[in-house]
Amino acid sequence: MVTELGHFALILALAVALVQTVVPLVGAHRRWPGWMAVAEPAANAQFLLVGFSFAALTHAFVTSDFSLRLVTENSHSLKPMLYKITGVWGNHEGSMLLWILILALFGASAAWFGGALPPTLRARVLAVQGGIGLAFLAFLIFTSNPFLRLAVPPLDGRDLNPLLQDPGLAFHPPFLYLGYVGLSMAFSFAVAALIEGRVDAAWGRWVRPWTLAAWVFLTIGIALGSWWAYYELGWGGFWFWDPVENASFMPWLIAAALLHSAVVVEKRESLKSWTILLAIVAFGFSLIGAFITRSGIITSVHAFATDPERGVFLLAITVLFMGGALTLFAARAEALSSRGVFSMISRESMLVLNNILLAVAALVVFVGTVWPLVSELAFDRKLSVGAPFFNMAFTPFFVALGLALPIGAMMPWKRGRPGRVLRRLLPAMALAVAVLALVYAIQTERSALGPVGLMLGTWLVAGAATDLWARTGKSGAGRLFRLQRSDYGRTLAHAGLGVTIAGIAGLLAWESEDIRVMQEGDTLTLAGYDITLEGVTRVQGPNYVSTTGTVRLARDGAAIATLTPEKRFYPVARMPTTEAGIDNGILRDVYVVIGDPQEGGGWAFRTYVKPLANWIWGGAILMALGGALSLSDRRYRVAAGARRVAAEGVPAE
Amino acid sequence: MRQRDPAGCVLRRTFRALAAVVAAMRASTHPTLLALALMAGPALAVQPDEILADPQLEERARELSRGLRCLVCRNESIDDSNAELARDLRLLVRERLVAGDTDDEVIDFVTDRYGEYVLLTPRTGGTNWVLWGAGPAMLILGLGIGLVFLRRRASGTEEALSPEEEERLKRILDR
Repeated sequence: MVTELGHFALILALAVALVQTVVPLVGAHRRWPGWMAVAEPAANAQFLLVGFSFAALTHAFVTSDFSLRLVTENSHSLKPMLYKITGVWGNHEGSMLLWILILALFGASAAWFGGALPPTLRARVLAVQGGIGLAFLAFLIFTSNPFLRLAVPPLDGRDLNPLLQDPGLAFHPPFLYLGYVGLSMAFSFAVAALIEGRVDAAWGRWVRPWTLAAWVFLTIGIALGSWWAYYELGWGGFWFWDPVENASFMPWLIAAALLHSAVVVEKRESLKSWTILLAIVAFGFSLIGAFITRSGIITSVHAFATDPERGVFLLAITVLFMGGALTLFAARAEALSSRGVFSMISRESMLVLNNILLAVAALVVFVGTVWPLVSELAFDRKLSVGAPFFNMAFTPFFVALGLALPIGAMMPWKRGRPGRVLRRLLPAMALAVAVLALVYAIQTERSALGPVGLMLGTWLVAGAATDLWARTGKSGAGRLFRLQRSDYGRTLAHAGLGVTIAGIAGLLAWESEDIRVMQEGDTLTLAGYDITLEGVTRVQGPNYVSTTGTVRLARDGAAIATLTPEKRFYPVARMPTTEAGIDNGILRDVYVVIGDPQEGGGWAFRTYVKPLANWIWGGAILMALGGALSLSDRRYRVAAGARRVAAEGVPAE
Repeated sequence: MRQRDPAGCVLRRTFRALAAVVAAMRASTHPTLLALALMAGPALAVQPDEILADPQLEERARELSRGLRCLVCRNESIDDSNAELARDLRLLVRERLVAGDTDDEVIDFVTDRYGEYVLLTPRTGGTNWVLWGAGPAMLILGLGIGLVFLRRRASGTEEALSPEEEERLKRILDR
């Protein structure tokens, strides 16, 4: 009964989305206030209907209603409650419903917080958002309906893929979708502005928080996925340049570029048409990402043929929205004249450089991702483009970006004197070079990766600190507490990038590894750590059996920790997983994995010491935190155009 | 060449689940594949018994393995893959190294048998110049367009304020 109501609500949401698209668009064109006003209740209704539908599906999963096909295929009555709930989005249909729910949430929040927008712009933004919702609701209902019943319900389900039964991955998709779909707001604002034919500083101010929020969510989502891969896949890899990962990374890069170019629109009324283009392309990459992950075309050209309906539908959505928006852009971009004048050396020009580097980096990832497909279809040449290519082709852009970042962040608007900026950054530069020399002298390998990565990290962190300090001006440290939150946000995010770069370089350069057969009681020594396999036991979990090793970690005779690496087997899904035993540290992780029992007794056993591993995700947390801090800055909370409240000697909240 | 190996590639399994391609999920519960999964038994990437006695040769073998693709997996190197076929390839690489091949000879040996598809770093020749040249070409193009734009901005003049704006500015300043 609840299920049927959910199904019905979903179909009703499709009808509401149609109204939300057409009526406000006509109303805004004809200047009919009544028609424009339809947008807001329609957005709210759509959110409520999709929300109810999602709740109904969740209810079916929680109560293990195996008469629903989706529940049977992705759940099991013995599964822990957390994973019954997260199982809702652990499959194509449910995750698409979550995607649409988030889309409706963003639409509704534009209605809630968009009170200060000009009425025609607001109506158009909501209409475009409704149009996206319409397309995806149609996709869900006609090609991947989650509410289909089974004529003969089985006694129990087939269980969720055990690799997905993990907290890190349980919350990875919702964050990722918040990011992907959040970019739809930037898209809707861009298309609405193109229809209006007007882009000004106020537009930049409205678009930036949405893009920032989307970018923060994407950062968290990508970091969660990478962290999960690190501890779950059994050898501590954290990034594979897989098409599915690239699908999330490209929008992240473009969103980062968009964030920075929107600053120029907001502060200097320049780069307008470029910013609009970025807003369109950013969401375009989200759509392409959905197409890549859900059609399976990049994995194999042949997989496409197994389920062409979905792939073709998603491709049609992508082509429709991108084609439409880009045509509109081509027709209207001329009207968006830029006003600000600035010299070749200025904050503006450095932000242009930032945009070029980020956009080209994203395009390199894109070309590498689709090249196997293009090459096979067009030139009949079957090849692979893997991690070594991406590492080689992508890294130079990020090194250049990292080198330029602290200088750009401190460059004044309009006209800057490079000598002045570089003089202020001299201590940071000296520190970075000192780190380079020191690390190079200490390390035993000849690889440049570690020293250069740490130098870049130091340069970024010290540069961010210099930037913050420069903000205090002559009044000194006391003013640190009165700076705007966005100043802290920027500093944190830039420093976070440095921490992540240092972490990646450190891990890749100095990881040590040991593979051997261990008997119970054996001890091995790796990078100064003594690792003893004390015992191996069989443990029965709620829906799996586990081979659990007890491993003692010690250094110079002093015990540090006891680790319990596991090898699990999920009988329903008939799949094994590895749970690594990890001792987390600030400077290194010790990572142990237990493998198969060997013929002559003992277990296959792998040990890694991974220097700076946690910095990768620590940096990502800093970036997300920086973004969130910027988002909470008072100029986004106070209505646009309102006068700033005079400082009263209180810390800026 | 393309065989299904449900127990082999962690990455492929995962991303398949993530991408939520339901068709593939159905396949993994197919009875014959189930049997395969049980028989194959999961193994971790490089096994202790594969490691060569000579640490230098072993290091070269690892380096080569990282650049070769597991043919039944998705985007995984044979160094990381758990599939049987990847193990066979790892052993093959080590066999050639022990026989005295240089790194290039090993790569040629493997590509002769399995085709260009096995290389994770695509070759530079032929149509692949598009792939390799895309980054530098776009960078030069981007920098060129950016430079033209910046020059135009630098030589432009700031728009003067309209009389109403002048009036408003005066009022604000006088306040």
